[in-house]
Amino acid sequence: MNTRAMAAIIKKDLKVIRQNKGVVVPIIIISLVFFVVMPGLSALIPSVVNGVGGDLFDISDIEKLIAKMPPGLQQELSGLNMSQKVTKYFLVYMMAPMLMLIPILVASTIAADSFAGEKERKTIEALLYTPTTDRELFVAKLLSAWLTAIALTLAGFGLYIVVGNMAAWPQMQRIFFPNAMWLVLIIWVVPAVVGLGISVMVLASARAQGVQDATQVGAIVTLPIIGLFYMQVTGAMYFNIFIMFLLGLVAWLLTGLLIWLGSRSFQRKRILAS
Amino acid sequence: MNTSVITINELTQCFNGTKAVDQLSLEVRAGEIFGFLGHNGAGKTTTVRLLNGVIEATSGSMRVLGFDPKVDGPALRARTGVLTETPSLDERLTAWDNLSIYADLYGVPRADVRQRIKGLLTEFDLADRASERVGGYSKGMKQRLALARALLHKPELIFLDEATSGLDPISAHHVDELIERMARRENRTVFLTTHNLVEAQKLCDRVAVLEHGRLVALGTPAELTRQYVHRLDVEIEVSEGQIPVAQGVLRSLPEMVLGEPARTNGALVVTINRHESIPDVLACLVQNDIRVYRLASQEANLEQVYFTLHEEEEGVQ
Repeated sequence: MNTRAMAAIIKKDLKVIRQNKGVVVPIIIISLVFFVVMPGLSALIPSVVNGVGGDLFDISDIEKLIAKMPPGLQQELSGLNMSQKVTKYFLVYMMAPMLMLIPILVASTIAADSFAGEKERKTIEALLYTPTTDRELFVAKLLSAWLTAIALTLAGFGLYIVVGNMAAWPQMQRIFFPNAMWLVLIIWVVPAVVGLGISVMVLASARAQGVQDATQVGAIVTLPIIGLFYMQVTGAMYFNIFIMFLLGLVAWLLTGLLIWLGSRSFQRKRILAS
Repeated sequence: MNTSVITINELTQCFNGTKAVDQLSLEVRAGEIFGFLGHNGAGKTTTVRLLNGVIEATSGSMRVLGFDPKVDGPALRARTGVLTETPSLDERLTAWDNLSIYADLYGVPRADVRQRIKGLLTEFDLADRASERVGGYSKGMKQRLALARALLHKPELIFLDEATSGLDPISAHHVDELIERMARRENRTVFLTTHNLVEAQKLCDRVAVLEHGRLVALGTPAELTRQYVHRLDVEIEVSEGQIPVAQGVLRSLPEMVLGEPARTNGALVVTINRHESIPDVLACLVQNDIRVYRLASQEANLEQVYFTLHEEEEGVQ
């Protein structure tokens, strides 16, 4: 492997992405909403629970909702008062699947710019005339999207943990997460989900003529995450270590399969023919 | 000069059943400027891609700098430089970034990168704007930068796809000089794909003409004009009062004078069927008491070759 050439491609992609406001601005806005505003809202939970500023909710509704949750989750929440229960449920369990949308969105946006964007801007041809092999080009492009998405989402998760713990401090009086489930989420699931977002976009980009086409097809990958969120909210399941591990495993296997398929489409002769 | 740098044997490339390159066979010698002419869609760019191992041929064989492009693509591309038809530059990056990234991709020795980039930016008159984003460049500046990128790793064989397209006359002249210098002084081989027949005539040692993917002519510009351009335009200056009589005489020679004699700037311009007919036409004029002050044949050029071949091909089609 020509590591110098691969590093050059990664450097180029990162520079190009950094200069692209169409990519950077949405990522910043979405990240701020999910990683800062949403955990910040947990500061309002006592008001919701106690009905300060008007009867926002009936406390019995929240109790009923938590009572419908799987026993494992109820055990996790046992020993806490209602404000603490709602805070922990909101920040640790309800938001977990929601936050997985971010690595997928970030990864697919960056990958779309790197793969389909290069085609759209007609910069791919000069790259194909360089002495790099198809594999070096493909791996370098995967890495540039993967590393960027991982760095951004890890930073975002870090921010979420800090803001969440700070905002919930009045209720919890301690640093109550990340727990073990969250560590599995961050270390095992997030990199896999990022890989999934990128690999779907690689496949979408193979036939797409531009970023917009690829993004439309790539958006399909968010559907399972929305499904997970729905299941968590309705109490059909709750995220524990085992589920997280399983989820990560499925994502890694799918990523592997899709990357293998993507590598077959990422060949000079096919790129120029499409 | 006689070592073969490119050898192509019966190369064919099909896309969805259509032949983009059809049984192409030719040889390019070391140090020559080889012109590759043809209209849009004639198969020029496809041939350049095939020769660099960027796409695989449907059939046929080729050797480029001793490599089989299908098998040794990366090693071959390390020794070739390609200016693509569109500049293919990252417009969000600066000129310097564009070149430094490609210096790494082509494996330019690290110690040489700065000096090499500086030299090329100066050579192509872009040094003052090296730190600006390429998106703000004019078309000509982008073309010059793309050319600088193609030369960054000092390739032995350079493929230039429409090198002077979009350049103003001074920049185009500068590029032409550079092409000549690379071939004549540095003994590099230039494979020049162009629509610009005047440029091809001026620069190329030999040219190949492609029509619908097929090679229809190959030789030096002089050989091709001799071979394909039989008719030639001749300007005949006679006294003003004798022009109508001269026109009548010329009209009476339809086997030698083609079409109607045209009157231009006090002279007559006629198309004569072949070079050997000139003395006979002159003799006829003189025998009819017409005083001929000047007779000048216009030199045949590649443009005429090209159009003759194109007309022949269209007739075949």
